[in-house]
Parts: sequence; structure tokens; C-alpha cells
Amino acid sequence: MAIFEKGVIFAGIDTNNPDCWRLDEYLKRGGYQALKRILNEKITPENVIAEMKTSGLRGRGGAGFPTGLKWSFMPRTMPGQKYIVCNTDEGEPGTFKDRDIIRFNPHAVIEGMIIAGYSIGASAGYNYIHGEIFELYQRFEAALAEARAANLLGTNIVGSGFDFELHAHHGYGAYICGDETALLNSIEGRKGQPRFKPPFPAGHGLYGKPTTINNTESLASVPYILRDGGQEFMDKGIPNNGGTKLFSISGHVERPGNYEIPLGTPFSKLLEMAGGMRGGKKMKAVIPGGSSAPVLPAEIMMQCNMDYDSIAKAGSMLGSGAVIVMDEDVCMVKALERLAYFYHEESCGQCTPCREGTGWLYQIIHRIENGLGRPDDLELLDSIGNQMTGRTICALAEAAVFPVRSFTKHFRAEFEYHIEHKKCLVDHRWY
Amino acid sequence: MIEFELDGKTVQAKPGSTILEVALSEGKYIPHFCYHKKLSIAANCRMCLVEVEKARAPAPACATPVTEGMKVHTCSKLAVEAQKGVMEFLLINHPLDCPICDQGGECQLQDLAVGYGRGASRFEEAKRAVVDKDLGPLVKTTMTRCIHCSRCVRFSDEIAGYQELGMSYRNNHVEVMPFIGKTVDSELSGNIIDVCPVGALTSKPFRDVARSWELSRRKSIAPHDALGSNIQVHIDKYHKVVRVLPLENEALNECWLSDRDRFSYEGLYHAERATEPMIKQDGKWHKVDWETALTYAAKSINGVKIDHGADAIGVLASAISTSEELHLLQKMMRAFGVNNLDYRLEQQDFSLDGKTEGVSYLGSSVLDLIANKAVLVVGSVLREEHPLLTQRLRQASKRGMELHSINVMAQDLLAPVATEITLDPRELVYALAQVLQATLEITNKSSNVDLSQVIPNAKTQAIAASLVKNQGHVLLGRVARGLANYSELVLLANEIARVCDGKIGTLPSLANEVGAQLVGFTPYRAAFNGYFTKGLNARQMLENQRKAYVLLNTELEQDGYSSQLALAALNKAETVVVMSAYTNDDMLEYADVILPITPFSETAGSYVNLEGTWQKFNGVTRPLGEAKPAWKILRVIANKLGLDGFEYTSIEDVRAELSNLADTSSYLNNQANIDGLKIVPAQLNGLIRFGITGIYNSDSIIRRSHSLQQTPWAKLPTLALNAKLAKILGVVDSSEVQVKQAHAQRKFTVSVCDDLADSVVLLAKNSTTLSFAGSFDAIEVNA
Repeated sequence: MAIFEKGVIFAGIDTNNPDCWRLDEYLKRGGYQALKRILNEKITPENVIAEMKTSGLRGRGGAGFPTGLKWSFMPRTMPGQKYIVCNTDEGEPGTFKDRDIIRFNPHAVIEGMIIAGYSIGASAGYNYIHGEIFELYQRFEAALAEARAANLLGTNIVGSGFDFELHAHHGYGAYICGDETALLNSIEGRKGQPRFKPPFPAGHGLYGKPTTINNTESLASVPYILRDGGQEFMDKGIPNNGGTKLFSISGHVERPGNYEIPLGTPFSKLLEMAGGMRGGKKMKAVIPGGSSAPVLPAEIMMQCNMDYDSIAKAGSMLGSGAVIVMDEDVCMVKALERLAYFYHEESCGQCTPCREGTGWLYQIIHRIENGLGRPDDLELLDSIGNQMTGRTICALAEAAVFPVRSFTKHFRAEFEYHIEHKKCLVDHRWY
Repeated sequence: MIEFELDGKTVQAKPGSTILEVALSEGKYIPHFCYHKKLSIAANCRMCLVEVEKARAPAPACATPVTEGMKVHTCSKLAVEAQKGVMEFLLINHPLDCPICDQGGECQLQDLAVGYGRGASRFEEAKRAVVDKDLGPLVKTTMTRCIHCSRCVRFSDEIAGYQELGMSYRNNHVEVMPFIGKTVDSELSGNIIDVCPVGALTSKPFRDVARSWELSRRKSIAPHDALGSNIQVHIDKYHKVVRVLPLENEALNECWLSDRDRFSYEGLYHAERATEPMIKQDGKWHKVDWETALTYAAKSINGVKIDHGADAIGVLASAISTSEELHLLQKMMRAFGVNNLDYRLEQQDFSLDGKTEGVSYLGSSVLDLIANKAVLVVGSVLREEHPLLTQRLRQASKRGMELHSINVMAQDLLAPVATEITLDPRELVYALAQVLQATLEITNKSSNVDLSQVIPNAKTQAIAASLVKNQGHVLLGRVARGLANYSELVLLANEIARVCDGKIGTLPSLANEVGAQLVGFTPYRAAFNGYFTKGLNARQMLENQRKAYVLLNTELEQDGYSSQLALAALNKAETVVVMSAYTNDDMLEYADVILPITPFSETAGSYVNLEGTWQKFNGVTRPLGEAKPAWKILRVIANKLGLDGFEYTSIEDVRAELSNLADTSSYLNNQANIDGLKIVPAQLNGLIRFGITGIYNSDSIIRRSHSLQQTPWAKLPTLALNAKLAKILGVVDSSEVQVKQAHAQRKFTVSVCDDLADSVVLLAKNSTTLSFAGSFDAIEVNA
């Protein structure tokens, strides 16, 4: 289920219709119009990229880097193979937006990727799909087959002379493969661990060729932008935060799910759309952008708008748009223990600070949770975190440290209570 | 050049170089583990983090290129704090078992922990433990000590050429491991011990033998192939060699060492070491003092000369002997009237003797060889003959050198090979003639060789095109040298080199083959391309029975072309004087005097390597038992024979006569001249043996190195043939067959492999094939 307001990806989709993902349904919704127009009217890649820049679309994977700008980095006139890669390796706890996109609207991703390939001079693309949503990998393959049969993929697409082939690739569920260079390694058949940068993928990416990697949601927004215009998309949001965005709301709300709303919408309104707090409980904390984003206490969160700048100002980040809402019954030590375990488990083990640090963080938090905390543990956590951040190849170390820092900062009293009394301050229950 | 600031000092550097490279060249040490100058950059240990002004976070010096105007602080507060943080992480799961660790005292982690570690650990949780892996007989693992720098993984992938190690699992459960159930079998595997910065990978033979600080380190030269790898030999307080490590020499072995050179030291203390002089009387061996033995030896030789003339004496030495030994032996024998001198024990075709321009060698320096854009290797099982040189060719071919091979056995060089041709040994000449013919067609040049019946095929044309385009280098290996028509190969290779404006060279297999030629240890020419002589070559000496044989440093029945021929001749001789570091049962049968000499580790000497570089070394330890350096023995025998000019009191006196070796360039020349060569397609009648000399069967020391003999290389099948031949013979893999060659026959288990031509039977030279005839003679196989 996905609920939308002024949406671009889910607009017009009847998610109760089991065939809503099919090509003919997508065509009815105005699908592939943008692609056909670009190819038939021979709109130059420069103009496509300019339109993308106008739209203000910022990467929906978490970093929020402007998509049009990213495309313009590609040496698109350089001879040789180039690739466009879609990152559907959605592994961040709390995030489940991309799988709904693939489930209900895979052709938007395909069309977006073809347009992207056209714009950056790539004749081949890969969609890397998280291993734990295998049935959606199969659906994407089915959608690809439809597109191929309709000559929307392959050679001489819709008689335009433009060739583009697209492949689906499923991973095996490693979180780290969501890092773009680890993802490239994984496609190449290597161990999924991030590459040292520079060189950046735009110069030396998949199989050593220039490669652009975009998030599924970013690519799925492309057809709308090119069909209805960048300004139209931009105007849906607020300045510097153009367009609409999918938010995956989970936790203690009445109606968890995906919500496509304009950027800049107040959090209180989003909460309202999700039916408010479950059972009328009091909200305690919210992680606004996926589990690696710093947690925010309820009172701060209620003042925020759902856009990149507002959340950043509050000391967290919009990230992938995964909003985890926690009510008053949650023990923050227990919650952090679970997050720390995840990052420990998912560290690729390449860089020393992350390999050793994530495990150490988890061991300490686990100890505190189990009543074996020591008075100087919070200081130690802080110090370990400082020794991890900014010292590794990829951002997983930061992702592991941000929750620890923010939990111990905003809910320090709970941790101190736990260490001193060897038990929870609240009567913890997940439900 | 770009300018940047390193710790406040303005430094110039080449664009593209990294902070760490520049810092190290400036004499400034930045702590690091995963960085290794010969391996790709991983940037994963994070120990080399330094502060770069205006950068968001500390940068890894090993992977960060310097840029114009950059300001780097390697020991600022931020840098040191970052480095100390990484060190803490490295140590939390490290067992800190230095007191029982073989790496203790030479451990990078231990050293750097002194500077960057805390006095006491803040880590009070349970440490991770990792199950050890079995990497084979050479490398011992203690994987709990591993800090996951991935150097060994990168070594196996990039240098050894085949990734035998990998990183499995994630987070702090990451483990370096081989493929499941597999060991590390590379012929260069010992280097992972060196690249390992901690005690995770240590030497199995050296396990618990000594602490590193108890050992004396002495320089020497590896004697097992002609590359002349520089080594440091470690001696314990009982004057025993306990391990061998590489000594860096960028021109030869870089910082690597083959397993053969690294682990052969075990053979130095084998039970078969000859440690006392012995003479045989009435079929019984008697241990005697040196005086008696030397007098006996001199009298024996003198007696044969008096009875049958000097020409009844044959002198055969292995080219593992030092230049000094070979020089003294030939000087003594020539003064005594004997010109029957030879070191080419494996050769059967000597028709170029006296027709060459000089001493045969690689044809260029090693560095020039690998800088070539095209190299054709003819008749060489490269990895077994030259493990380290192959590694250099491997790197070169990865960089774009076109490597071609014409050989009697296909071997995976773990490198891109442009053209590979596998043939019957009898067809090699025709194949090389095809290459020559194709080069002539491309260049429109002409040749004196009659090639009227030679028609190139696609592969030989491709080789020719590559050689012409790149002025390539043609190399003849050990297999080529053993063939019945070696001289024709040399002539054709010379012609090809001339036509394509390239080079020709040989790949000497033993340490001092070039030195042996230079000091005149050949039947046809005196030292330093001196006067010509007429002596019998190695083959003639055995085929035309001599009354007396003098053997130096060789077990001829294993080192020679034909075991059968050697044993027959030696057993029939009136007297056989053996100077050897080892004895064996056959030797005790044929020898009359055994003078125990010292191997390379216990004598001063010198080798001239394949590129012609003279490398001197000192004895690194005392002689074992009563063994003596051969040069001292030869000096005394010469005295006893009443010869003048042998009043040496030190090795320096001997070397004074070899000063020409300091610059060998004027003597080195691979050119040979014969007119009227006509090449016709080979007729293949019957089966031919390919008597391969295995990598760990190449000399007396290696054959006795216990650990090397446990490796898969040493256990390769003795008898192999291809599937087509197996079908014709009606045998299958692992069936038993009767193999017959001249007077020898024996049963062997067949191994069917696709690496051989249809009419070739690989019957390796080893202890089970003693008494068989020549390496490339006819052979019969019956089901």
C-alpha cells in the first residue's frame, strides 16, 4: 500500500489492482511518453540534464546529491562503454520505499534508466536489487521482458536508432552493497566491499568504465520530470528541496506504510496521515531518515518539516526518508542495542576502525542492556565513536556511530539509569 | 613535478605519487600495514592516516595522491590521534601472544604498538578467536593474530598470479582463508610469510626453531636457479642455517624469493650429507683422514694418467659449483693435460661447440628483458625452471608484453599468453623455422637457412608478426637445451633475432652456467673466450668409456641427460673421484673416493647469473663435520699432483685470477654460425620421452629439502600422457603400465593430461626413474 498526495511515482496507481505494474497500465498512466518524446524529437542529452537540474531532484538514496549535477559529471562524449546503475539495494532498517516502487511501478524505473542512459551516453544499465526481496527481482525481470517485447529496450528503441540494454541483478542481502562502489564490486562478482575513492565511479566505475549510480526513487521520478517539466516537479516541493518524496513510516503509528508527499510537509501532517500515534501513546523519539540518521526527541521532531534542510537543522538527516517512530514504552538502550548489532553485523570488515569498532560498540551496549554496564562506558562509547568517524573508506562507520551518539546524547539519563540500576528506566515493550 | 608541504617542509614530487611514497622517499616514516610497495593499494588498515589541511577528515597517506600546494601533517595532533585510534582497534582482537609468537622481534604490529599503543587496554570484552588454516607444508597459520591487511591476498592474486587466498565473512569475523579444502600451492608461496606484518603467517619449517634476535643474518646468493636471487641466511647460535629470507635486489629478485630458494636450507642438514672423507678398498668403505683421502685421490688420477694417458680422464661438474671451484678444477685438469671438462650434463647436442661467438646467456639484463614488448620462449617449463623470472615476465605481460611460448608441455603461466604452441620435442625446430619463415615474409629479408619446405601456420605467423613489430626477444630454455637438435634451435633463434632486429638468449637453469663458460669449464674453449681446445663433451665422456672420472658437486645419475648412461660409465670406470656434499647409494657403488665438500652456505664463492652479473658471497656458516670447501681440496690435490701455480692461501687469491668476471659484457654473446642448415618437417616415429626436471628435483640440496618434497609440486605424477595417446594405448587415468626405455623397464601409474602432444610420454627425472635412459630418447609404453 502506498498513500500519496501530489505524488509523481504513485500518482494514478491502483495498488489493489494486481496488474497495476504491467506495461499497458503504465502506458495508460502516461508512461514512456517522456522517453518517446526525447527520442523522437531528438532532445539533446544536454537539454535533458538541464531539465533535471531545473527539477531540483536530489538523490533519494540518502545523501541528497542533486541528480542532474551527477549526470553532468559523466564524460558522456568520451568513446567507450559507460554504464547507468540503479541502486535498489535497499537495506537500511526502516526503509521500504524502493521495493514498493518496483512492486507497483517498475516501468517508471526502466523508463528513468533509459532516459538516464541516453543522457549520460550509456548503452547498458544494471538494476541491483536487494537479495531479500527476491520476488520483486522476478517482477522487475518480468517488466524488463515486457519492455523488450515492446522495443522499449534493446537495439533501435522505438525506431530512434538509440540502443540500450538493461539487466536486473539481485544481491544476497548485504547492507554494504547499498554503498555504490560495493554494489559495483558485487555486480562484478567480487566481494561486496566499498572501493577507495578516488577514482570515483564517474571516471572508473563498473568494470573500470564511467558509471553513474542513482537510487531507484530518483530514477523513477525522471519520467515525470521529463514529461511534465522540471519546474513542475520543483514546484511540488519547496526551494532547494524540489518535488515529492516517499517516506517509509514504521514503528508505533496507526498506519505504517509508504507516503509520497511534497518535500517541506510538516512532520505533524505526515504523522496525521499515518493515523497518529498508535493507541494514543505519547511519542518519545523519531529517527527521521533511516536507522543511520541521528535520533530526534519527539519535541524537536514535531517542529520539523520533512525536507533535507529542516531535518539537517534539527541535527539529523532526511537520508532515505525512513521515519521510525518510537513511543514512550521504548527503552532507548534496547533500541540502540538492536541498531548497533545491525551495523556490527553488516560491517564489511575491510577498514580497521569499522571492523573492530562496530563490534566493540555493540559489545558495550549489549553489556549495558544486560545490566553489566560500567560508569565510564558512555565516555568509552563516545571515544570509540570519535576514533571511527571519518577514518574509513565508506560511510558505514558513521552510520554506526550516529545512532550511538544521538541516543546517548538525547537520552543520556536512560543510559545512566541502566548502568546504575542494571535495568530499564521504562517498562520496555516493542509492541 | 608538483610542490607540496610535508610537515612544514616544501617537497617536490612526481604527479600521481602518494603521500606515503613521497614521505618514505624523504626518509619520513608513516606507520602502515596494508601498504606494500609491490602490491596494489588497499587503503584498508587505516594506520597511515595523516592530516591534510582543508580536508574533511584524516586521509590515508598510502592512497592519497599529492596535489599542488597540499599541506600534509604526518605527526600533528589529529594525525597521531587517528593513528593511535587505529592501533587500539588493531589490538583489541589481537591475542597479544608475542612471547610465543614466531614473529616476535620482527613484527610490524609489535614495533608500532610501542609507539602508538596504549599502556593498558580499554577493551575488556571477550576477544575473537579464529580457527587456523592448513596452507600446506611451508606456511604455518595462527589466524587469530591476523589484522586483515589483505597483503597475502593481494600477493597471491597479483604476484603469484592465482588467487589462492581470500577474505571471507564480514565484520570482525572476517577471515583470510584458502579455498575450502585447498592449500596454498604457489611456487612463490613463502613470500606471504614476508608480506604478513604480524605472526598470522609464519614459516612452518622454522616454527619454534629460534627467536629472531638470536640469529645472525648473513648475505648470500641463492644457488637453485640462474637468476641469482640475493638472500639473507639466518644462522643460529649453533652455526646452523635455520632460515633464508630475500635480500632486496630490484634488478633480480626484487623483494621476493621462490620457495625453492627459501626452503632449500633444510636439505643442508640431510642425513646424506657427506661429512667425512672416505675411500673404498676391496668393495668396502673406510673413513679416513683428509691427508689419506687426498693422497689417495691424487694417486688414483695420476695412476690413470700414467697407465692410459690424460685423455682417459673425464671431469664432470654441476653448474651449481662456484666460479672459483670450476676455475680451479679446469685449471688443474688442463695443467694436468685433461681437456675433457664439461658442466652441460643435461645436453645431448654439442655440435655448436667451437662455433659460437662467446658465452651464452640471457641476451640482456633482466630489467631489459621485462621491458621488451614481445618475448618468445622456446622449450622451457618456465614456472619450474625459473619461478621468479616467470613472475617478472608475468607482471610484464600484464602490462602489455606479448608473451609467446613454443614448448613440449603446456603450462599455465597465470599471465596473459599471446600465443601458445605445444608440440612433440621433435617438432620444435620446424615450428621455430616456421616463425623464421614468417618473419622473412613480413620483412622481405632473406636467410641462408634453407626453408624451402617450411610453411608457416596462423600461430607461427602471429608470433612472427609480434616479434617483428616489437623487435622481440627469443629465449631458449632448459627443455630446448636437452633436445637432439638444440644447435638448430640456436641457429634459427639467431636468425629470427637478426631478421626482426631483436635479441636471442638462453635461460641457463643452474646457478653458474654462465660462470662455468666464462671460466672455461668446457671441453672446447679456455677461460674468457680463450684458446680453443679439443676435449670430450659430457656425452662423449660417458659414451666413450673413460678410465677415470672426477665428479664435482653432482649426482650424475640424477643430474645428467641419461641416468642409464651415467651409471653404466661410472660403474665401469677404474676409478671415480667424487667431490660431493652428499652421498647416495648409487654413488657409494660407483665412487672410489668421496671427498666431502661444502655446499654454497659453507664456502666462499661466486656465481655469474643469467644476465652475466658476478655475485660473490662468503660462507655463512662453518662446514658441517669434516667437510671442506672444494677450492681448498682442489688446491691440495693440485699440489699433490705436482702442479705449479696453486699456492693459494685464501679465496681472494683465487678470485684475483677471475677479475675479468667483474665486467663480463665483452664475453657474452649468443651468436652461433653454421652454414647449410636445411629444415624439413619432422618425422615422428614412435613415442618420445619428455624427461622433465621437476621444480623440486633440480639439484642435490633441493632433492633433500624435506618440506619442499611435501608440496604438490614434488608429488606431480611421474608418468603422464594425453588422452588421445591413452586411447591408442588402451589405458585410462591411473591404470598401471609397463614403461620401457633401452635396458630399463618399470611399472608406473598413468596420469592422463591434456598438456602434452600426441606422441609424447612425460616420464619425469626423479628417484623412481633412475636407470632409465635419456630425457628425450625413444620410449615404449605397454598396457
